[in-house]
Amino acid sequence: MNPVNYLYLAALLFTIGAAGVLIRRNAIVVFMCVELMLNACNLAFVAFSRMHGNLDGQIIAFFTMVVAAAEVVVGLAIIVSLFRSRHSASVDDASLMKL
Amino acid sequence: MENLIALLVAAPLLGAAVLLCGGRRLDRVGHWIGTALAAASFVLGLVLFGAMLGYDVEARTMRQHLYTWVPVEGFQGDIAFQLDQLSMTFVLLITGVGTLIHLYSIGYMEHDERRRRFFGYLNLFLAAMLLLVVADNYLLLYFGWEGVGLASYLLIGFWQHKPSAATAAKKAFIVNRVGDIGLSIAIMLMFTTFGTFAFGPVLGAAGDATEGKMTAIGLMLLLAACGKSAQVPLQSWLGDAMEGPTPVSALIHAATMVTAGVYLITRSGAIFNAAPDAQTAVVVVGAVTLLFGAIVGCAKDDIKKALAGSTMSQIGYMILAAGLGPIGYAFAIMHLVTHGFFKAGLFLGAGSVMHGMNDEVDMRKYGGLRKYMPVTFVTFGLGYLAIIGFPGLSGFFSKDKIIEAAFASGGTQGWILGTVTLLGAGITAYYMTRVMILTFFGEKRWQPAPDPDKAASVEPGIEVTPGAVSDHAADASGPHPHESPKSMTIPMIVLAFGSVFAGGFFSIGDRFVNWLEPVTQFEHPHPPISVPVITGMTVVVLLAGVAIAYLQYGRGPVPVVAPRGSLLTRAARRDLLQDDFNHVVLVRGGEHLTRSLVYVDHTLVDGVVNGTAASVGGLSGRLRKLQNGYARSYAVSMFGGTAILIAATLLMRAV
Repeated sequence: MNPVNYLYLAALLFTIGAAGVLIRRNAIVVFMCVELMLNACNLAFVAFSRMHGNLDGQIIAFFTMVVAAAEVVVGLAIIVSLFRSRHSASVDDASLMKL
Repeated sequence: MENLIALLVAAPLLGAAVLLCGGRRLDRVGHWIGTALAAASFVLGLVLFGAMLGYDVEARTMRQHLYTWVPVEGFQGDIAFQLDQLSMTFVLLITGVGTLIHLYSIGYMEHDERRRRFFGYLNLFLAAMLLLVVADNYLLLYFGWEGVGLASYLLIGFWQHKPSAATAAKKAFIVNRVGDIGLSIAIMLMFTTFGTFAFGPVLGAAGDATEGKMTAIGLMLLLAACGKSAQVPLQSWLGDAMEGPTPVSALIHAATMVTAGVYLITRSGAIFNAAPDAQTAVVVVGAVTLLFGAIVGCAKDDIKKALAGSTMSQIGYMILAAGLGPIGYAFAIMHLVTHGFFKAGLFLGAGSVMHGMNDEVDMRKYGGLRKYMPVTFVTFGLGYLAIIGFPGLSGFFSKDKIIEAAFASGGTQGWILGTVTLLGAGITAYYMTRVMILTFFGEKRWQPAPDPDKAASVEPGIEVTPGAVSDHAADASGPHPHESPKSMTIPMIVLAFGSVFAGGFFSIGDRFVNWLEPVTQFEHPHPPISVPVITGMTVVVLLAGVAIAYLQYGRGPVPVVAPRGSLLTRAARRDLLQDDFNHVVLVRGGEHLTRSLVYVDHTLVDGVVNGTAASVGGLSGRLRKLQNGYARSYAVSMFGGTAILIAATLLMRAV
């Protein structure tokens, strides 16, 4: 199978994730969309690794996963404490700016 | 001997310091200290004069270098004195007349509780004026010049509790400031042209500099002289300066202050000789002021203001003569000296009259005072004859010389100036006769005091003790004219002697002119018509003036309330509208100028500043909206930025 197709899929996933981050208000969903974008990148890395015939992309993909795991821990903790204090998981409600 | 010059200035300065800093414990002796130090300065002046006469004519200039005031490379300001014949003349006039006025003030200011302070100021005035005339450079002269301005301010406003006096003092100070700007600019120009302020180098090199520069310096010096000597257009302060005590008026008008302008022009003769245009301006100013002052003097009912007008007019004669160049300098100074005698005498006489008349100054409320104040009458009368130029008296000799010099200045100018000076002599005779008749002749127009005992005690011939005077002054029920105490009459008598004999003494063998010649140079005037004819015309004009005044005031009763008068009279009563002119042109003009400047400031300057601030504020207000606190909007900018960066990278790579 042509590895370029994986790149198309990665681009599609990334776009879906980006759109979710920009559009959705629920922090959990935004968070999941961020994960989706990260995984789209991983997919692209792996596909490039395959296309170029070396392992650099795969190694980067592992790094990304580690970072994503750490990010999930911190991010979920933030979301939980945010929910506790505001009784809502909406990212818009977290704004304290005066307009 | 030369080291004594500094003491000349130091003596009155010491007096001023002691009297002004000494406090109340000097109240009882302060006036004697002040008078003694003024007299000391006069004696010192006489000693120096004697020494000077002993020297050769060419080597009479004495110099003393005290110390270097501003020791900067290329900018040498010295405290150094130069006493030549011109300075000597002024020193003797200032200290001599000044001492007499001090003496007079002892009696005049007897009831003033601030008499000590008054004498301190008088001494300060003398010191500043002496510094002005013995300075050997323009910078030090400027110092004295400003000192004179300060002292005149303090003295004119001496009775500061009167708003009119306070205003007059401020007016004199401010108008003088305008002239002072001229002097400071002239000094700056001298420095840029010659690199020095000292009289010797500046005046020595005046002929070599360009005429344009000399004209500029000359005109600026003329502006300065106009301020101090009350010449048109800066004459307006002089009339109001009469608010000061009368001895101050005498001092300002006779010995100090107004003579400073004449001194400045005569001293700077070399500059004016090199700038004919500036000389013409000087002559025009002198001629205009001469008539201006005379016309004002004709209309005033206030005895002091009439005399003030006459001062303006006489100083106009001197400025005119000084503007004629070497044919006039010596005559200007000669008239200045004789004027010093008779004008001081006239003012002291006026003060004596006021002293006896409860400080009434309106001549229409005098009349017939010759019986009550014989000494004042005689001394004032001699001063009167001197100022109108009655043949044989001081004014005759000095004024006649100026008229001759005016005729001799050549061409049309000579005829115009000659006519103006002749006319001025006639008007002088008219208004002084008017003052004389209104004050001393005719019916008495004042209401005598009701108490017959007191009226009896002031019969002429009975000597009035100072104690008796204080009784009278304490009683304000009405005037009871009496002769003034000896301390007042003696200076008047001395000055009357000067008024009578000084002119003749100076004229014998042209000794005054010869005395000044090494400093001012001298060219013998050659008028187009012979001298006896001019003298004859002067006398005729003078008698005509006297006759007109007699016909107008001497024959019938004088109304106590001034009649409405002609348009010219009414204008002259208001000083020929000088204040109105200043008000309309300068005050109103200034107001309009400031108002329009404020408008420009509000609209244009503030507009730019406020506009900048508002646009920055508006912009930042809009930029602030970007920081809305929504995580997704930040995410948009992040995505957008990343997209742009990537696009840019790709684009660069493609190119």
